[in-house]
Amino acid sequence: MDFINQVINGLSTGSMYALVAIGYTIVYGIGKMINFAHGEIIMASAYFAYVGMSFLHLPALVAVILSIILTALLGVLTEKVAYKPLRGKGSLEVLITAIGVSYLLQNVFYMIFTSSGRTFPQIMPKGAINIGGLSITYITIITLIVSFVATGILLFFINKTRLGKAMRAVSEDQGAAQLMGINVSTTISLAFAIGSGLGALAGVIYGAKFSIINPYIGQMLGIKAFIAAVLGGIGSIPGAMVGGLLMGVAESLTIAYISSDFSDAVVFGILILVLLIKPAGIFGSNVREKV
Amino acid sequence: MKKKLIRELITALVLAIVVYAIFAIGFTTGIINSYWQGILMLVGINVTLAVSLNLATGYLGQLTLGHAGFMAVGAYVSALLSMYAHLPFVLTLIIGALAAGFIGLLIGVPILRLKGDYLCIITLAFNEIIRVIIVNLSITNGSKGLIGTPSDTTFLAVYLVAVITIFVVYSIVHSRHGRAIISVREDETAAELTGINIAYYKILAFVISALFAGLAGGLYSHYIAILVPKYFDYNKSVEILVMVVLGGMGNLPGSIIAAVALTIIPSLLISFSQYRMLIYAIVLIAAMLLKNSDAGIALRAKLPKLKKREEVEE
Repeated sequence: MDFINQVINGLSTGSMYALVAIGYTIVYGIGKMINFAHGEIIMASAYFAYVGMSFLHLPALVAVILSIILTALLGVLTEKVAYKPLRGKGSLEVLITAIGVSYLLQNVFYMIFTSSGRTFPQIMPKGAINIGGLSITYITIITLIVSFVATGILLFFINKTRLGKAMRAVSEDQGAAQLMGINVSTTISLAFAIGSGLGALAGVIYGAKFSIINPYIGQMLGIKAFIAAVLGGIGSIPGAMVGGLLMGVAESLTIAYISSDFSDAVVFGILILVLLIKPAGIFGSNVREKV
Repeated sequence: MKKKLIRELITALVLAIVVYAIFAIGFTTGIINSYWQGILMLVGINVTLAVSLNLATGYLGQLTLGHAGFMAVGAYVSALLSMYAHLPFVLTLIIGALAAGFIGLLIGVPILRLKGDYLCIITLAFNEIIRVIIVNLSITNGSKGLIGTPSDTTFLAVYLVAVITIFVVYSIVHSRHGRAIISVREDETAAELTGINIAYYKILAFVISALFAGLAGGLYSHYIAILVPKYFDYNKSVEILVMVVLGGMGNLPGSIIAAVALTIIPSLLISFSQYRMLIYAIVLIAAMLLKNSDAGIALRAKLPKLKKREEVEE
């Protein structure tokens, strides 16, 4: 029974990773870059929601929606200011800029809110449902539902709408998409907006789950979610979902049965194994590099 | 050609001795107090780190975020050898550096076929794994930190190591091997087609870079009173990267100046240390945008001084 409980806990954390991982995957698929600052954008979203509820005294739902909008804007802003000028200039430069953006956000929030943790308002009901020997907290259930619904809506958007089609076209071939009259710049911004918006959900879930937020929560969350995206096959949305869930379960089981000291090492170990054995990930397709 | 090289070498050697003499006079007359002597040692360690990372990131063009991990290997191996095996200082430094180089080889062989983003994140992963292992070993005293390493590191040792590092990296870069390494950065496919063994050169540069990071680590562990694994985290790797980026990737004097400046300025201004990471972030973004974006290139073209330098470079 304990084992099943741990798995369910892992799935809950994992679905949070999945929301973040989808952000990496969408941006990678369309912008062909890894947004190293994605974790910090999620940290920002948690603070947006926190300010909305604790200082402006908005109702929780309004604060969350506001946080999603602001985070999406922040994502687009970083893309316009830091990444767009470097488009097509070489991946090393973009990567270094992204590391810079991640530290910039971290330190701006450190300046404003200091490094001391802030208590995130309780927005989800405490308590748990007991079924047999299983005890599932409401937060776990809500997290799972929110992530699956959000992913479902996203998949529908990508596969069934015109804008989604444009996004798929840009990710397939930027040049050809441009020739077909698709505005590549707008599409990339859209990808950043969607990725950051989903990340905001993850940020709020993080706040609700751990009740304390500080400017450094984004770093590890971002790295773990990135690993989840690589595990699932970067560029694939179902892959990011599966990768996130697997990662959450692996981490939860490590903490429960081995040692919490090693949970980060196990996560990084997974990354190393995936990159060495199957760099394309579970759902990724092997793309041969053209010379 | 050879005559020119010998002349350059002698000039560099004389310069190194003169600079050291100035410092030595400063120490003996008391113009440079012991506080500043300590900071100068950190400067030397950071110069070694920046110059060695420049070989892997600047010249080879592979962004690695694991430099602090290699430094940690060198630091702990040499510290433990000093404490428990009572080996002479120089020997512990050498073994520490070799251990770091060996770990670099072990990691480098499988991962150097990855590129760009993946290489960056996997080196970061190894950095963290090295750190987690150190935290969980009992011999390293975990996260509480290692106390009791003899403080053998002198300014002369740091200075010599920095000079040797600069000399070795300079010699490699200006040799046949160096041109091969730079060709890998410029265009891997073209380099391979000209018959350059790119795997060999990638690993060569990576291992040498790790080796010197380990050497710097050994100096650091015999300098600091308490050796804590937290020091060698991701942020330290980024700090070294900032030195390389600020000095200019593939620019040795730049790395040296940046390492000196970024070590001394935070010690001068205590209030600055609070904003240190913020300023590092701005340096990274600004350097990349000014150097590579169209707007940045246009802006620099307006500044006559910079434009002139660029012409000389090309």
